[in-house]
Amino acid sequence: MKKQDILKEKAKVAIDKKAVYGADIDLDSYLEHGKEDAPVPDLTALPANQRKQLETIGLDTSGTGRAGTYMQMDHSVSHCDVAADGVEIMSTDAALECHDWLTDYWWRAVAPDADKYTARAALHQEHGYFIRALPGRKIAEPVQACLYIGQEGLIQDVHNMIIVEEGAELHVITGCATDPNVKKGAHIGISEFYVKKGGKLTFTMIHRWGEEISVRPRTGVVVEEDGLFISNYVCMQKVKDIQMYPSTRLTAPGAVARINSILVAPPGSHMDVGGKVILESPGTKAEIVARTISTGGVIINRGHLVGSAPESKAHLECHGLLLSPGGVIHAVPELEARTDNAELSHEAAVGKIAPEEIEYLMARGLDEEEAVATIVRGFLNVNIEGIPASLAREIDRAVSEFTVNKGA
Amino acid sequence: MLKIENLAVSVGDRPILHDVNLEIKAGQVHVLFGPNGTGKSTLIGAIMGFPRYRITSGKIWFKGIDVTEAPVYERARAGIGVMIQRPPTVRGLTVRQMVGICSRQQADADLLAAKLNMTDFLERNVNEGFSGGEIKRSELLQLTAQKPDLLMLDEPESGVDIENIALVGEAANRILLRGQTDGQEGSMRKQRTERTKSGLIITHTGHILQYVPADVAHVMYKGTLSCSGNAQEMLQCIQHKGYEECIRCAI
Repeated sequence: MKKQDILKEKAKVAIDKKAVYGADIDLDSYLEHGKEDAPVPDLTALPANQRKQLETIGLDTSGTGRAGTYMQMDHSVSHCDVAADGVEIMSTDAALECHDWLTDYWWRAVAPDADKYTARAALHQEHGYFIRALPGRKIAEPVQACLYIGQEGLIQDVHNMIIVEEGAELHVITGCATDPNVKKGAHIGISEFYVKKGGKLTFTMIHRWGEEISVRPRTGVVVEEDGLFISNYVCMQKVKDIQMYPSTRLTAPGAVARINSILVAPPGSHMDVGGKVILESPGTKAEIVARTISTGGVIINRGHLVGSAPESKAHLECHGLLLSPGGVIHAVPELEARTDNAELSHEAAVGKIAPEEIEYLMARGLDEEEAVATIVRGFLNVNIEGIPASLAREIDRAVSEFTVNKGA
Repeated sequence: MLKIENLAVSVGDRPILHDVNLEIKAGQVHVLFGPNGTGKSTLIGAIMGFPRYRITSGKIWFKGIDVTEAPVYERARAGIGVMIQRPPTVRGLTVRQMVGICSRQQADADLLAAKLNMTDFLERNVNEGFSGGEIKRSELLQLTAQKPDLLMLDEPESGVDIENIALVGEAANRILLRGQTDGQEGSMRKQRTERTKSGLIITHTGHILQYVPADVAHVMYKGTLSCSGNAQEMLQCIQHKGYEECIRCAI
């Protein structure tokens, strides 16, 4: 049997397998077949409300300051262009056709039979992006990718891959959003990232889903010797139900992962977001930092560090602010040492804003609402190292949108 | 500038201050002595309007306006500035941003920071990991940007090493538009007669008075202002005879 067929057989067995975390979503309640969307050669020609939505998730429709763009609307690849040397951007199915070797990576970091969502993506995949930095190439500007749902009630299943070859450097900003008119929908996204020896990948993801959208990303990352993986995840808008638990394996000495999340949950949101890093080799390091705010929604913030090799070192930090009595923040930090010489630590705190901080800023002339917003923006301001200024600006801009009254 | 009439203040259910009367005229600097736990910080907190200091009777007038019920930020915008003893850390907010807030984005943070030897602190989070002296310098940097008409300092010399106390004093003088800090010796007389900035300084040791001369001193004792007079004389009396004796002789 061919590799692809074996994967599908595995997936079929798991098609009803419930996930470990998160509510069980009835996938049959969504439209399976999307209408064919026409390619959009010029993203600046999109309607103004769509362009605006795309800008809020970091997509520059003109492509300025980007090394390339991949945009998928519903089940169609709308736009794909490469604007720098040393980088490949295409849909994953196109990539599987032109790179025979890609099957060696396909479903290696995520198992197709992990749960019903991975199984569904394995059987129903509709594209997804493939981004690859060629060996030794340092791509200065970020590549942007966008997965967009424009059709009411649709389920979107994508499979993304990023490969950073040996000694290469790549920045990716991806935004996921629904059209402002779309209420209901579902997104399943498989993402497999491979950072080869000495490679560097920064991956920044901004989500802006509709209020009735269910989201199940399934991400696996493999970082090799002296590789660096930095992930920044920002979700500050209402989303009905998101559950994700990306897993990063540090497989060889010198591999480093830094995983930052910024979550704001307005009333009606349920965010079960976490991550796991497995330190499989001596001399690996990891850091998971989460800043969570509930203005009435539910946040479950998981973090799990597994030190399975000696001389590995990792730190987990989750800080939560509860700005509404109706909200819930449940921090679940887990440390698991599997050798006597792994150094694992965590720091977790959940609470309200200290009144002294508000008064301090009021004594400097801010009214109460300005003071709270200033403190919250500071709280969310995770100092993220190693990302280009344009990405830092996108994150700053997302954070600076926060006002207390709107809840997000 | 500031007038306080028959003020009583409680913290929680505990009465701390009673029958406090105080008037600070424009251009005057007053100093407040008194043993620990007698209500000095409470008085400053009540003037600033921090909610934990609950005013149970009396009035506070600032520039002729009754601010007894005014929220903290209105008092700040009207021209009251305070340096409390232990300001909180604000995570993710830099000193530079704080200088911007204090000055409503008008001040040149680099210029002001250079004068207080705080240039290296501008990008740091406010008060995070600061030593006692660094906190005072950071506070004075903020207040320099804020330019209050009434400057209230709660123990400006505590935690400050000898080397930096002059720096703290000079900064306070600059805010109060006192001293020869800008080399305008010729206009000293003019400065003195046209002084408008006022100050209220809490001090235990009196060290700050070597740099910031005070016009009037008060002793706070058991929740009220027990006597007033010349700052140097009073400090000497307290140092030699203790607070109780000092109050007796004043009465």
